[in-house]
Amino acid sequence: MNSILTASLLIGGLSAVLSALIVIVDSIVNNYGEVTIDINSGKKNLKVNGGASLLTTLSEQGIFIPSACGGRGSCGACKVKVLSDIGPILPTEAPLLEKEEMENNVRLSCQIKVKSDISIEIPEELFSAKRYKAKVTKIQDMTYDIKEAKIDLIDPNEIDFKAGQYMQLVVPPYEKIKEYTQRAYSISSSPSQKNSVEFFIRLVPGGIATTYVHQYLKENDEIELVGPFGDFYMRDTDADMICVAGGSGLAPIKSIVSDMFERGITNRNVWLFFGARSLRDLYYLDFFQEKEKKWEKFHFVPALSEPQPDDNWKGEVGLITDVLAKYFKEKMDQDTQKEGYLCGSPGMINACVKVMTDNGIEEEKIYYDKFA
Amino acid sequence: MAPDVGLISLFFASIFTSNILLSNFLGMCSFISVSKDFTSSNGLGLAVTFVMTITTAINWLVYNYLLLPFGLEYLRYIVFIIVIAAIVQISEMIIERMSTNLYMSLGIFLPLITVNCAILGVALFMQIRNYNFLQSIIFGLGSGLGWWLAIVSLASIRKKVDNSPVPAPLKGPGITLITIGLMAMAFMGFSGMLNVQ
Repeated sequence: MNSILTASLLIGGLSAVLSALIVIVDSIVNNYGEVTIDINSGKKNLKVNGGASLLTTLSEQGIFIPSACGGRGSCGACKVKVLSDIGPILPTEAPLLEKEEMENNVRLSCQIKVKSDISIEIPEELFSAKRYKAKVTKIQDMTYDIKEAKIDLIDPNEIDFKAGQYMQLVVPPYEKIKEYTQRAYSISSSPSQKNSVEFFIRLVPGGIATTYVHQYLKENDEIELVGPFGDFYMRDTDADMICVAGGSGLAPIKSIVSDMFERGITNRNVWLFFGARSLRDLYYLDFFQEKEKKWEKFHFVPALSEPQPDDNWKGEVGLITDVLAKYFKEKMDQDTQKEGYLCGSPGMINACVKVMTDNGIEEEKIYYDKFA
Repeated sequence: MAPDVGLISLFFASIFTSNILLSNFLGMCSFISVSKDFTSSNGLGLAVTFVMTITTAINWLVYNYLLLPFGLEYLRYIVFIIVIAAIVQISEMIIERMSTNLYMSLGIFLPLITVNCAILGVALFMQIRNYNFLQSIIFGLGSGLGWWLAIVSLASIRKKVDNSPVPAPLKGPGITLITIGLMAMAFMGFSGMLNVQ
């Protein structure tokens, strides 16, 4: 018993001493002093302490670069254009950068360190992204695996966003998850609702954030949100909008449709295809069916790929791509300009992009949010 | 009882006659992988020498002043590895600060020094052979220099071989392993000149 105790103490003590040594060396060696970050050619100049990653340094200064994986270098969302020479592309960046991005000095801000003065370029709208303190006011089941969460904003208590954008939910440590992490979710509420935001969150088995939302998050819990981010929003044209949503991908589309309806942009034809397996996967049907009644040019097409006998389903049946192709041929005006708005799994999006391009929509007019 | 071996003999023996790499075949994976490029080989050799010297000294102190008095010699493997891991972490920070280019070119092989068996091997030899503190430092330094000498030699030879007419089936790993074999045989020529076992 004594030898077990001695051995544990010895290994523990030695590890503690060595850890302290690493921390001391880190604080001396990784001290790069004060450096300047020049953003968008003098638009903003930040004086910061060097040594940390660009993503962390910017977020400490209130500039939030989107990062769905929380800075672990796996989502590739935190890309920024670096105008200074900061050395070659790291092996951790290369798999997430396109050839063209590499040529244009686009880097992953979570992987590069701020060691000396640096100039970067970021989209102007990122200046308006903030970190919000918020409170969950309602959390309810939409389907067996999708919950709707309504979150009131406390500090700041107002948000401006474009319908279709997303925010990052800051998930605190729970159970075996020891660190704070962030995950991105599309806002389902309308931009006119300024003091709160809503999300549809589908349970991903083993997912850190979705498990937290489904099993741990309760009404009245305080939570943090970062955003808004994203370039998935309605383009201001007269083209017909062909929207396809799968599962919780309905969120940004609901926001866009609500926003258009509220702002009276009802002169455009809008087709919303909502694909699901069986009736138990469908939700918010009443909402869209009511919009369809009040808005002549809005067409809602829910479709089931595997309807169950007791679903008594009378709507469209088949894969959403097949239903989409059928509507292109039979119901839609062939001669009008069209834009595609897609949100769902990568497989669904890839298949829908093909159907849309086959039916004459130019690829650059198809906008999407892939769940990765 | 420390063996009766002179420090100078021990230093040269650990570089040449008992080269940790070419006599004991320890630390082969990074030896083969990194030796494609001379600059990286030189940097890794320097890093291994630094880590080997420091860890051998610290491990000697830990073994003699912590493990032996408490009768915990059986913990030497885990304790030696913890010390090596910490020193590698520190070296990584220092190299990143001092030379970003070297840090980049070493890539994954820098943290992998932690599991370079040559470094654990030197610590264990130091303990098995009952070296005293000074002998251990010299042995660690000599072995590190020996490893460095071996990898820069191989990198230089590979550079020559790259421009030589090698039969197609032997190109790449084949000719590299044959080269290493020949180098080991050449180093065997030193054996008998000094004995440190």
